[in-house]
Amino acid sequence: MTNTATETLSVVVEREVAFPPEKIWRALTQPHLIEEWLMKNDFKPVVDHRFNFRADWGAVDCQVLAVEPNKTLSYTWAAYGLESVVTWTLTPTSTGTHLRMEQSGFRPDQQQAFQGAKFGWQKFFGNLEQILARID
Amino acid sequence: MPDPHAILFRSLADPTRRAIFERLCREGEQTVGALTARAGVSQPAVSKHLGVLKQAGLVRDRHEGRQTHYSAQLGALAPLVDWTSQMAGFWQSRFDHLEDLLKRMDQ
Repeated sequence: MTNTATETLSVVVEREVAFPPEKIWRALTQPHLIEEWLMKNDFKPVVDHRFNFRADWGAVDCQVLAVEPNKTLSYTWAAYGLESVVTWTLTPTSTGTHLRMEQSGFRPDQQQAFQGAKFGWQKFFGNLEQILARID
Repeated sequence: MPDPHAILFRSLADPTRRAIFERLCREGEQTVGALTARAGVSQPAVSKHLGVLKQAGLVRDRHEGRQTHYSAQLGALAPLVDWTSQMAGFWQSRFDHLEDLLKRMDQ
């Protein structure tokens, strides 16, 4: 696992949600519901199905990799020249669901691309965060 | 039209090209000749790399006499900076929206 960690980047967001997995699953897999919290889409919970997320700033090209109702959902996520995999994991708890999203699997050359030049980048962090804050 | 972010990633993925860009960032404006002297590749190769960097908006050229001077454009890097924290912020806000939706949805 250590090797994998050095060659890929990942983003993990986890949250305890006060609703059962079945309800969250609907929000993750029904296009009109997905649109309400994520983006416009033509998603279908079918392995190999190709779909897009669309927003004002562009589109994300995706393909469904895994579907295990109320438990796991995984799809590729290609945008901004970065290819990654988004995996949702739903684990029932006594009060609802532990919801976990992991986005991972960038190619090593892409990781190099944005880690290769470290000088001078720091000052752009602030700018970028301000821009992102305005977007939402 | 190609994705501008993809162009940035491709431009910086080549180690020789990245080294040229890094040198311009560290040491400021330089001529093709000065860059070639330390690049370990021929002048036409350096010129070609500079052309790719210029297309990506990462360098700017300035002609002075017979010399062309190149300088780094750090602003062009902004989309690449700290991609993971950018995405983490994106997903955190989506989780908020998702929870709002779940509260509105009927059982």
